Order: sequence, then C-alpha cells, then structure tokens
Amino acid sequence: MATASSPAAFADATRDETSLSRFLQGLPGVDQVGVEARAASLGTRSIKKTAKLWAIDTAISMVDLTTLEGADTRGKVRSLAAKARRPDPDRPDTPPVAAVCVYPDMAATAVEALAGTGIGVASVATAFPSGRSSREVKLADVALAVDAGATEVDMVIDRGAFLEGRYGDVFDEIRAVKQACGDAHLKVILETGELATYDNVRRASWLGLLAGGDFIKTSTGKVSPAATLPVTHVMLQAVRDWYDATGELRGVKPAGGIRSTKDALRYLVAVHEVAGEEWLTPELFRFGASSLLSDLVLQRRTQHDGHYSGPDYVAVD
Amino acid sequence: MSDRVSVAKTYKLYIDGKFPRSESGRTYPVTDSVGGFLANASHASRKDVRDAVSAARKAFGGWSGATAYNRGQVLYRVAEMLEGRREQFAAEVSACEGVPTAEAMSTVDTAVDRWVWYAGWTDKIASVLGAANPVAGPYFSFTVPEPTGIAAVLAPQSSSLLGLVSVLAPVVATGCTAVVVSSADRPLPAITLSEVLATSDVPGGVVNVLTGRADELGPWLASHADVNAVDPTGASPGARVDVAQQASGTVKRVLTVPGDEPDWTRRPDISRLRHYLEAKTVWHPKGT
Repeated sequence: MATASSPAAFADATRDETSLSRFLQGLPGVDQVGVEARAASLGTRSIKKTAKLWAIDTAISMVDLTTLEGADTRGKVRSLAAKARRPDPDRPDTPPVAAVCVYPDMAATAVEALAGTGIGVASVATAFPSGRSSREVKLADVALAVDAGATEVDMVIDRGAFLEGRYGDVFDEIRAVKQACGDAHLKVILETGELATYDNVRRASWLGLLAGGDFIKTSTGKVSPAATLPVTHVMLQAVRDWYDATGELRGVKPAGGIRSTKDALRYLVAVHEVAGEEWLTPELFRFGASSLLSDLVLQRRTQHDGHYSGPDYVAVD
Repeated sequence: MSDRVSVAKTYKLYIDGKFPRSESGRTYPVTDSVGGFLANASHASRKDVRDAVSAARKAFGGWSGATAYNRGQVLYRVAEMLEGRREQFAAEVSACEGVPTAEAMSTVDTAVDRWVWYAGWTDKIASVLGAANPVAGPYFSFTVPEPTGIAAVLAPQSSSLLGLVSVLAPVVATGCTAVVVSSADRPLPAITLSEVLATSDVPGGVVNVLTGRADELGPWLASHADVNAVDPTGASPGARVDVAQQASGTVKRVLTVPGDEPDWTRRPDISRLRHYLEAKTVWHPKGT
C-alpha cells in the first residue's frame, strides 16, 4: 500500500492492510439513537428573515447541479449550464451554483458551456453508479473525465470490497484514482444507502479521508435511501475529527433526496453545529441535487417579494 | 346512571387529502348561534395557505386532465356521501346558523341538489361555452374551455353549507382545484364536507379546506403567485379591497361578488363555472 501522502498522524494506520483494518474497526461506534435524535432536534431549528436569505444564497452557491440520466443530451447539459450560471435570470443578484455534475462523456460539453465562469465541472467516474468494473476501466473512466477538463471527479467506492472487509483494496483504489485526477478535486462517494450501518459510514468516511479524498459524498442518487441527515452528521463528525487531528479541511457532499429549501437549511444547520462555521462555504460543503435549485430560487423570490411564488415563474427542469 | 361526558372535538384542517393541525398550532372555539360551545377548530395561518396551495398545484394536473365524464362521476359520488350524512349536516347547520331542524334539513337537501346540478355540468359545459368558429380561410377554428388553475375560495360567512357548496362545486366541476377558507364562526359543515371529500373518490389536494379568518388568509391567497383565481365572497368589504389589490400583482381572476351575501336558495346559473374557465382557441388547417 502506498503511504506517501498520509499525514504523519495516521502513518501507522495506513502502514499495511492489517493496521488499516485495525484502525477502522477500532473507531468508536456510532450511537444510532443519539445521532438520529440530534439530527432531528437540529432539524427543528427555525431560520428567519436575513439569516434565511443568507442561508438560501449560500445554499444556491453550494449546489452541484446534477444531471445523471441515461437520456442526457448535449443540449440538456448546455441548458443546465445556463441555469448554473444564472439560476434566476430575472434577478441577476442570485449567485451562481458551485458546479455542474455530469457523466464523463458530457464533461467536455459542460466545460465548453461554462468556460470563463468559474463554475466547476464535476464528472462522475469509476463505473458510476455501481462501481462494478476492473481497476483499468475505472481509471480510464477517470482519465476520460480529466482529459475533458473536469475540475472535480466524483468516484464511487467498491462497496462490495468494503462490505467484505477488503479495506486495503478500497484504499488503494481511491489512492490510484486520486493520482489519476491530477489537479482535479476528488469526491469519494460512499453510497451510504448500501453500507447498512452508521458504524460502516464512519469507517468508510475515514477510509476516504485517509486515502486522500478532498470530499466525502453520501450517495450516487441512484440508491434509496440517499442522503439523510443522520448519515451526514456522521460524515461531518469525521471531517471535523480529521481537521482536529491533522489541521486539514476536507469537505462533505450530501447528494440525492434533498429537494426542498427546508431540507437544505436543515443541512446547513447541521454543518454549522457539527462541523463548524468554516465549513459553510462551497469549498467544503456541497449539495448534489437537480430539483433543489428550483425550490431555492422560488423561496428566494418569496423572501424578496413578500409573497409566495409558484413553479410557473422559474425554470423547472 | 351518571350523565355521560361527551367528547369535545378539536377539528383539523384538510390539506392534500390529510387532516393536519394548523402549522401555527392555533385553535379557536366554535359556538352555536346562542353562544354554547360546539367544538374547537384549527385557526389556519399563512403557512397552511402555502401548504394548501402547493397541494392544490400538485393535484391540478390529474384533476384537470381527468375526463369530464370521470369528474362528473366523482362529484355524483360526493353527492351520495353528502346525502348519507344528511342528519349530521342538518344538526350542524341548525346549531351554527340557529335555524329550526326542518329548515336546516331543507337547506341540506338544497345543498345536495346543488352539488348534483354542478356535477351534471362537468361534461356539458364545453358544449355551451365552446364553439366551432366560422373563419374566412381554409381552417377549422375551435374554442374550448379549459380550467383556470387553482382557485382560492373565501366561502360565505353566513350560509355555512349551501353557500359553501354553491361556491365550491363550480370550481371542482370545471377541473380547477380549490383552497377554501370556510366560514370562521360556522365552520362545522365545511369540516364535515372535508370528511365527505376525503372518503369519496376526490383525489387528495383537489379540495383543501382551511378553517380560520377569511380577512387574514384572503390577502395571502390573493398575493400568492401560484393561485389563478380568487372568489372573495367571504371577505369583509374592507378586506375585499385588500384582496383585489394583492391579486393585482399577478394575472389573477378575481370574481366580482355582490356586497351582501346573495340568496343561495335561488336557482344557480353557469356564471360561476364560466369564471373558472379560460377559452382556448385552436386553428387547424383544413384539407382541401
């Protein structure tokens, strides 16, 4: 196993497969009842007026506007890019989103459509969404995305290997993908809906962080349940602990199932309370979503106009 | 034998086919015409308005897309259920409006007849308001009426059942979906009507019933950009001005209503149906 870039604090943990296994198995267990109760109680917090406006704008700037369908066309990617640049054309002060997230073969189209805007292009890779393919194919997938100009790569971990306990394989794969990414940011998708327990989510989060993922991401959006608040709590705790141990800031991206502004605000409260204020930036927290943006724009209008808006007035995709 | 303690009820709202409490948590006591306690009702807030409108929007596609014949069948079914609860409605109308039971019973019967009358119009109104237009060219030109969208209905304050049915039935008969604010002081028939709707075949969200103050909720409904028509019947004269002003921010149909509540027992006409329909004209090339 390559250990070159593991922070000194965890050099021991990543020395070989046995010690990695021991480290991950030795992580404290997650108190399921506690984390669910805490997530639910933070979810009841009420955010109003200027704080709400700030939160909506922040949430818009954190959206990875996503289209991952078999029916994606270049035209659809281009229209998504247009929406990413100006989520609400009637109100030019609406911030642009963080990135557009597409399949690797659409990355070039997205890069072209977003040139000069500062909006990132994220491409899923490594045989997304199942991750069931050989290492060569996965790395070729990554190369396809990076060569097309993707600035961020969303990889899926091999859940099969993880559940079998072959942590070393998963670790090496993330390492290899990270290397293949070059300058592109790497987001590691844990697919928490398939990991079964919060303990596994915590282990997978640490595995992703140890192997060098810049972000850990909950889900592909293709498996139910996708992102949930308690799972995101566990992952936020991991990046917080990582920061405390190493001084490095890593990000979290919940994806899938976040459709309303209300949901998004609950996540922002969790980010603030579990990880900390410094994570309230698109560099360290993202929403993987498609329909969320429309609702954020609707609610932003409601706040500014003083009356409720409707889906007739925004671009609903 | 000791006297039985009766169950004092706290009724809830009817939104999206479910019976939620008001988001505000508010309730208010409902009294009969001489001040005796009848029940508690939820006091709806603007958040409930918001939820009801999104439920109505969600239901609009299915309800407006259903065939007119199907809508008619569903509405006849509602009339059957109304008839089945005749005694309960009569007791509530009698208590709320302070009329003798016999008169209340006749009001209920008129209300059922009114519902049937509007149910019958579902598949006939297109023939009356639609047209094949004569045009000077090789085209067919048709005009067909289409439902306006979401209607906010401020139900009459005094006529708690017949008035309510007279303003609600034309909305759903055309294929529109409704957010109804019931009479504030006499909400019980509206609550029972929502129980009827919930147990008949009307899809959830087609009719949403809020109990509360029309003057408080009316302006929020009128300013809501996703509401397409407003019937301000139940608002006070001052609040009607407010409703009209708030409605002017969007393209919204505001029904012109008389200053005082009309006599609801009078034979209805199709003017209310017409109010909730838009004329769509289609030109189609004629083969030569």
